[in-house]
Amino acid sequence: MKPLLVALSSGTLFGAGLALSNMTNPAKVQAFLDVAGAWDPSLAFVMGAAVAVSAVAVRLHGARAAAASGVDARLLSIDARLLSGAALFGLGWGLTGLCPGPTIAALVSGSSEIALFAAAMLAGMALHHFLAAGRGSREADSRPQPVATS
Amino acid sequence: MTEFTPFSAAAGGLLIGAAAAVLLLGIDRVAGISGILGQALWPDAGEDRRWRLAFLAGLPLGAALVALVRGPLVTDVAAGTLTLVAGGLLVGFGTRLGNGCTSGHGVCGVSRGSPRSIAATGVFMGVALVTVFVVRHVLGAGS
Repeated sequence: MKPLLVALSSGTLFGAGLALSNMTNPAKVQAFLDVAGAWDPSLAFVMGAAVAVSAVAVRLHGARAAAASGVDARLLSIDARLLSGAALFGLGWGLTGLCPGPTIAALVSGSSEIALFAAAMLAGMALHHFLAAGRGSREADSRPQPVATS
Repeated sequence: MTEFTPFSAAAGGLLIGAAAAVLLLGIDRVAGISGILGQALWPDAGEDRRWRLAFLAGLPLGAALVALVRGPLVTDVAAGTLTLVAGGLLVGFGTRLGNGCTSGHGVCGVSRGSPRSIAATGVFMGVALVTVFVVRHVLGAGS
């Protein structure tokens, strides 16, 4: 029960933070990305504050962090998958002003546009899952096994 | 265009950082939302989807609590239907391929000093900046 309460509390804090900072508004995110237009630097303040608090937690958490975070060996190098995935994400984020957290939080607004984006995002994740599953079954012997975490 | 709101931005950022701290110190997990969502839907062997579903349920709950106090959430979506669908597919596929999004790489990974996350954040920020520049100032759509 405790892990579920911790996770629910964390998600609730996260959703409240996104709403309070108006990151649930795609126009505000795109205004941050529009450095050549009417630039709104708010998102930098959101990320700066979030990184500062999170960095304290990482320090407190100490050496357990790397092992416990679910990171396995194939996730430690900067490779083409990481960079091409980030580039595709950046393209979609720039086009819409939406990324996963704010999208899920903003579902509560009842906006049909947010719901449509969320459905497409899940479809994109499904596409990756089933393509990766196909690749995994062919390369099953050569892929490192995921590290089991608590 | 939107107003620069440094105080609510920093306050929201503090809450997001606190959320990451609660998850890391409480159950040794990283608050990367694309990964949590992907693993909630299609968990790897040995992964638990229950805490992930609890976390995901909290996101709209937290937003609703803020809306109760401050009034309805504003969601100004400039993108049309086709762009929303294409953007959603790109965000969903890209975050799973690159193992993270604004939360997992941008907040948690950067705060851990992870070279992978710093590289990924640089790439998605850079591509998003160029995308908005091209859409608004080269193609001339939007404000």
